Amino acid sequence: MLLGIESSCDDTAAAVLEGETVRSSVVSSQADLHEAYGGVVPELASRNHQRLIVPVVQKALSEAGAEPDDLDAVAVTVGPGLPGSLLVGLSFGKAFARSLDVPLVGVNHLEGHLYSVDIEAPRPPRPYLCLIVSGGHTELVLVEEDFQHTVLGRTRDDAAGEAFDKVAQLFGLGYPGGPEIDERAQRGDPSFHDFPRSRLDGFDFSFSGLKTSVLYHLRDFSDAEREQLFADHRDDLCASFQAAVVDVLVDAVRRAADETGAAHVAVVGGVAANRELRTRVETAGSEDGFAVHVPDFRYCMDNAAMIATAGRLRLDAGFTAPPTVDIDSGLGLSGEG
Amino acid sequence: MSDPESTIQTLNLPITTQSVEETMRLGKALADALVPGTVVALTGDLGTGKTHLVKGIAAGLGIDPAAVRSPTFVILQTYEAGRLPLYHFDAYRVGSEDEFVELGYEAYFFGDGISVVEWPGRVASLLPDDALRLRLSHVSPSERRIERGD
Repeated sequence: MLLGIESSCDDTAAAVLEGETVRSSVVSSQADLHEAYGGVVPELASRNHQRLIVPVVQKALSEAGAEPDDLDAVAVTVGPGLPGSLLVGLSFGKAFARSLDVPLVGVNHLEGHLYSVDIEAPRPPRPYLCLIVSGGHTELVLVEEDFQHTVLGRTRDDAAGEAFDKVAQLFGLGYPGGPEIDERAQRGDPSFHDFPRSRLDGFDFSFSGLKTSVLYHLRDFSDAEREQLFADHRDDLCASFQAAVVDVLVDAVRRAADETGAAHVAVVGGVAANRELRTRVETAGSEDGFAVHVPDFRYCMDNAAMIATAGRLRLDAGFTAPPTVDIDSGLGLSGEG
Repeated sequence: MSDPESTIQTLNLPITTQSVEETMRLGKALADALVPGTVVALTGDLGTGKTHLVKGIAAGLGIDPAAVRSPTFVILQTYEAGRLPLYHFDAYRVGSEDEFVELGYEAYFFGDGISVVEWPGRVASLLPDDALRLRLSHVSPSERRIERGD
């Protein structure tokens, strides 16, 4: 069995893989770990990872019915992410692997997302096109073979998920409000307002202009008018904004699928949970003739099952990490232009 | 290297930039004034051009501005490829100054690079006294005012 550990950002996560099958996947924000260390789980900061890493790993092992001695490898995120947070996971993983005398595998968090579509069948054959969309990342990647990627495009400013969260705030929905935009957009009219779709050369993305455009649209109203607008049309505004983001993402996916001839397209990361995006990519797939793969919701969010899965692939490909392996907070995907 | 303060004086702040490109050019000129260990505190609402100013600073340090992306979600983006390292913080999601301490901010603020902090009000007491404080604000959809202050 293989233990995967993820601590690159807010959540501490651990998962156990037996062969290719996930036996457990524990994420600190979703798990009831309060009693394990006596207190409420705050959101951020490496100290919380330090508190949580042992109970999270213990819970992953016990849910999998595994003992430490059953492990034959440990895979851990080495980057990109917050240095202090990454260090907690890597230091624990190193020590645990050393104490068990099993190999340690260093995993790029973005590769974890890329291969999150391998967690459950049907797994996409290679090559496949992968759109990573989350709060921190927006990248369009061609996975030619395992660990052979070409980054076709990426955001030049805000990530798509970040645009959702910031615009949700402009709509008076609090932070992070991306999921609520999705919810409200279901009931709203996407043609209510025509927000700009920014299309850059190639496959790069930009969402800061859209965010500013929403801001200026709302600033044109007096406070009272804006309140009335929200009361009458908040769902329509959500639908109109969401349509602009989804149009840009789906347009890039279609062009990239056409240009690369990819027959399989994966959409991964937290924003892959957005219903409009899923529906529109699936429609594009049936029109253009590509198959669409979206992981289960719990594997769209940051999790350790994807780190374990990418770690298993790495191990099978013969990559293990030396004892001197260090974190790389700015790590990107190989094959970037 | 010239005296940072006199270089900043030549920028004639406050200034109103007419475009994203002009905001980036200001950032680039500003980069010449920055010495290792400088902390730049950027205050301004959503969409006032903070990221573009940082892209300009990056360009001035010899870092590809296209590589500069928002640090809101990850709190800190580091860029090591230039004349000086650039540490780009966004304290927006930082709930308390304690959390910022736990992130190990001292290694960056008092290190050998340039630190830029967005939403610095969240970590006000941790900013060094000699931090360069800049405020950005909306003038019109394309114009932004940039001045000293917080």
